[in-house]
Amino acid sequence: MEFDFAEEQPKFLMLMYGLIAFVAVVGGLLLLLDVVPAWFARRREAQLVAASASGAPLPRRRRRREGGMALFFLLPTLLLLTIGLIVPAIRTTLLSFMDSNSNDWVGLRNYGWMFSENSIVRVLINTLVWVLLVPLVATAFGLIYAVLVDKARFEAVAKSLIFLPMAISFVGASIIWKFVYAYRGDGQEQIGLLNQIVVSLGGEPRQWLLESPLNTLLLVVIMIWIQAGFAMVVLSAAIKAIPADIVEAARLDGVSPWQMFWQITMPSIRPALIVVVVTLSIGTLKVFDIVRTATNGNYDTNVIASEMYNQAFRYGENGQGSALAVFLFILVIPIVIYQIRNLRQQREG
Amino acid sequence: MTTATPTIPAGTQDTTAPKTVAGRVRKRLNSRTATLVSIVIALLWTVPTFGLFISSFRPEDEIKTTGWWTFFGNPQFTLENYQEVLFGRSSSSGQLASYFINSLAITIPSVLFPLAFAALAAYALAWMNFRGRDWLYIAIFALQIVPLQMALVPLLKFFSTGVTVGGIQVLPAWDLVDEQKFAQVWFAHTCFALPFAVFLLHNFISQLPGDLMEAARVDGATHPKIFRTIVLPLITPALAAFGIFQFLWVWNDLLVALIFAGGGNETAPLTVRLAEMAGTRGNEWQRLTAGAFVSIVVPLIVFLSLQRYFVRGLLAGSVKG
Repeated sequence: MEFDFAEEQPKFLMLMYGLIAFVAVVGGLLLLLDVVPAWFARRREAQLVAASASGAPLPRRRRRREGGMALFFLLPTLLLLTIGLIVPAIRTTLLSFMDSNSNDWVGLRNYGWMFSENSIVRVLINTLVWVLLVPLVATAFGLIYAVLVDKARFEAVAKSLIFLPMAISFVGASIIWKFVYAYRGDGQEQIGLLNQIVVSLGGEPRQWLLESPLNTLLLVVIMIWIQAGFAMVVLSAAIKAIPADIVEAARLDGVSPWQMFWQITMPSIRPALIVVVVTLSIGTLKVFDIVRTATNGNYDTNVIASEMYNQAFRYGENGQGSALAVFLFILVIPIVIYQIRNLRQQREG
Repeated sequence: MTTATPTIPAGTQDTTAPKTVAGRVRKRLNSRTATLVSIVIALLWTVPTFGLFISSFRPEDEIKTTGWWTFFGNPQFTLENYQEVLFGRSSSSGQLASYFINSLAITIPSVLFPLAFAALAAYALAWMNFRGRDWLYIAIFALQIVPLQMALVPLLKFFSTGVTVGGIQVLPAWDLVDEQKFAQVWFAHTCFALPFAVFLLHNFISQLPGDLMEAARVDGATHPKIFRTIVLPLITPALAAFGIFQFLWVWNDLLVALIFAGGGNETAPLTVRLAEMAGTRGNEWQRLTAGAFVSIVVPLIVFLSLQRYFVRGLLAGSVKG
């Protein structure tokens, strides 16, 4: 029972190297950017002096073009994005048309496999369930809660409670909920809250996470639990931004809270609502940690992102894994187009 | 309920109050249900975490045989779970102290690098004149929608075998072992964070007053000077907002760490270890509960102490679009 601190030292050393690299790169870049223009400025000054001394017309100042300087500002970002994101994304697209070892071209076979293999079709259906349920339910909870606690006495505290799960990792949240779903055989004392409630209502305890399709819904609950706070915060800010005179005018007209909600609040926060739903949809499409931690994708709970991990990194099926990643990307596109069109309409309207 | 006061003559009331008794009762009921519903939601959102928290302090036998709610009838308190899960030497015990250090070593540089690079890029995209500036910004902005799954397989290959073009080795493999693998994770996290970071910081930087920049330029300040002395101090809240975002994201990330850090206690962060424990030792609740809290506590502190910046960043990042 002894924790050996000495064994951990290489890590701190590595961390220190990382920090030194950071200071060197960023500091070096800033220094370079300081020195180089100063040198140019001095040269230009010399030119001016020489020109005025010889009585020649002053060289005209060229139109301000800062391409060279801008390149240095942008260099690290562009370099990293190219190496880390753009080139890999193109390669993944190519790999999705190749076999598992990325040697031969196989055309659309990986995509055909995706839609013909029963287990993968199941994965696609599960993903659909996630994407339909999480944004809608999380937004609904967030909205209801934001409206209910608006201007309430303990608003700040009340909002923090819902918001807090956002700080918890998906892994941590999955463990929290696995504990809620925990199962003990009939007759034993239950340790999971859900089964305890079921038992105390006279039901039989169940192995929640083993029963498809219920288990997928129970995993969806975890995601909703994490994301409702995000919806709540954004929508609450939107509600507070509704001009007070509109609300006051409606109140003077004797509008009931219900009418107020549907006729004043909802239309006013529509843009924020769309942003929340879109953001949550994209986030949900890529959900991986919850499924992996709670069921490891077993018992018919797998989704695209975790199946992609399995194919590419566990079974070594690079082609099929890449095809799933590309499909994920394709699913994101219509959502984003919808969002862009909405933004444009708002700007014009 | 003592609301049965007889009708108050109309006209003495102000217009905002309901005019009838029924109306008043309904309004009161409304606010009652409102309170009730919000309390139910608040409970749903806190009780699961609370249950786990209580459990992490209960002795192993108690956790495994009775529900955490019995704690209040029969409180038994121990810190042994934490002791075991953090410092225990047996391979099954968790050894989370070691993984905790890994999480720190992964997170700190993974926050700093994208923060600095994105600030530089966002400044150039907002305040420098060069051809194609707007297109470049749109391109970086658009990269946000590429799921990081699209990059994983080739990036891992890039680290393990380098780059060959037409049979010629252009870049060598990184060939990292043990704790050196942190560098891979930093690299991956930095790349994946940049589009959002540039977008968020650009939102702030482009809204700084143009007069300020112009005045500085007239005084002869160069771009690097303006960036360091004027822009950086002004965008500290934005930097804080992104810093918290990225911190939470990296600390809580599982996928990137799983692929680029490997699973051993030399490099894997807490999340990887916890996910593994939940998979292989799913019934060792005394370790899982304590372990989960070890991983939650740092982001929770960061989050609670800097919540204001976080919310501001969230709103800037999502609503302004």
